[in-house]
Amino acid sequence: MAEKRLKVSASPHIFARQNLKFVMYAVILALMPALFGSIYFYGLRALYLVILSVAAAVVAEAVCQWAYKRPITITDGSAIITGILLAYNLPPGVPYWMPVVGSVFAIVVAKQFFGGLGYNFINPALAGRAFLMASWPVAMTHDWLPPAGGTISGLDGITRATPLNLIKAADVDPSVIERLTSLEGIRALFFGNVGGCLGETSALLLLIGGIALLILKIIDYRITLSYLLTVVVLSLILPIKGHPPYNILFQLFSGGLFLGAFFMATDMVTTPVTKRGRWIFGIGCGIFTMLIRTFGGYPEGVSYSILFMNVWTPFIDRYTMGRRFGTR
Amino acid sequence: MRWRIFTNGLIRENPVLILMLGLCPTLATSGTARDALGMGIAASFVLISSNIVVAMIRKVVPNEVRIPVFILVISTFVTVVDYVMHAFQPDLHRMLGVFVPLIVVNCIILCRAEAFASKNGIFNSILDALGMGIGFTGAILIMGIVRELLGNGTIFGRIILGEGFHKAPVLFMILPPGAFLLIGILKGLINYFQR
Repeated sequence: MAEKRLKVSASPHIFARQNLKFVMYAVILALMPALFGSIYFYGLRALYLVILSVAAAVVAEAVCQWAYKRPITITDGSAIITGILLAYNLPPGVPYWMPVVGSVFAIVVAKQFFGGLGYNFINPALAGRAFLMASWPVAMTHDWLPPAGGTISGLDGITRATPLNLIKAADVDPSVIERLTSLEGIRALFFGNVGGCLGETSALLLLIGGIALLILKIIDYRITLSYLLTVVVLSLILPIKGHPPYNILFQLFSGGLFLGAFFMATDMVTTPVTKRGRWIFGIGCGIFTMLIRTFGGYPEGVSYSILFMNVWTPFIDRYTMGRRFGTR
Repeated sequence: MRWRIFTNGLIRENPVLILMLGLCPTLATSGTARDALGMGIAASFVLISSNIVVAMIRKVVPNEVRIPVFILVISTFVTVVDYVMHAFQPDLHRMLGVFVPLIVVNCIILCRAEAFASKNGIFNSILDALGMGIGFTGAILIMGIVRELLGNGTIFGRIILGEGFHKAPVLFMILPPGAFLLIGILKGLINYFQR
């Protein structure tokens, strides 16, 4: 096997028990609670969407690597993660071909065109989402399904909108906002009883997987922490139509923030390698997320803010690189 | 020999895909096949006319002011194209908008005036301009056709891929990122086949 062959690599030659496969499959396992949650809320349809997305991603990766005459590495799990994350970013009501198209775009254009795993400059799953968002904006912003067990606002089951959509809508009834930002509404957001993308609704289930990854040191706490803290701080400054008390929790638990902060902003390839750079990366993600949520045209800004900071990553890396002693 | 001057611009030294010149109009006006063809023909006309005039006056223009003189010659013909297009193709003129006057600073045209017409005779300059013009038109037309087909399901306004696809097309391809993606893919294909 590949591990048995003699490999010459650059120093430092530190031995780590973690290898690529371990990391990838640990992330996949950590994403499983949210999958069970989405099956509970949206039925088997959610499972089919995830399976289609993963299958398309793996097949696209294999075909691409075969065409490029590279070693075929579909068993390392990275394509599976891309597929799962892309499906988690879709509204549960989208047609079945959509995750397939998105996965193929994510793998072929965002990943393999740039050289495969480790060379992609933006998160492939988010690139796939952005592609779908630009191509089929109606489906991507209207195909919400009401979750099982009803929703807290009552409204987001009928109009099929997400809480962030409702908050953003200009003509929304003030009592709806009241209900969404009440303690009861926050609880629904935390457990996932709201409209939203497949895997993003339940903050609790994402938190379980995310904390497991943090303990295993697979994801870096600096990005997640600085991202979430920035959102907390900014939610104190930027109000939602004058409802301060539960704003912090509402902003934290709604939308795809936990999915983004734990699983997508922490992607090892597209984030800075320096520690200071990671703080900056997380803070940037937080700032742009809140700016888009408050002032932007879209109700949710997690995906675009992470993509935006992905593009900044080489720049951040260059300016936060440690200085060797004795050099300028 | 002369035949080679003509064929240079088609593939071997295709202005867009090999020399990477004139990318701005190629990216910006290839949203539909019709816009692309209109842009290609307009730029080709200016290219041929300016090459003729530059080749004629190449011995009397002082070297120090040759670029301003070339620009003046080019902008004369762009004005002609602008008015003609406005009169006979008002829709196209509206779609291309600012990119018609911007033909003045199209680097393909200035490059051919500077690199070829100012050093060669009239006949050779016409051949060169024809080859380059066809090469540019071909490249931008390929972009326009692919982008319109995927982004709207049509070619020259005719529905090709069926009514269902026309209603929910890959909008991404009509938008600016689609142009960047497509020109990258085209350039990659050209590099692959050249090897």
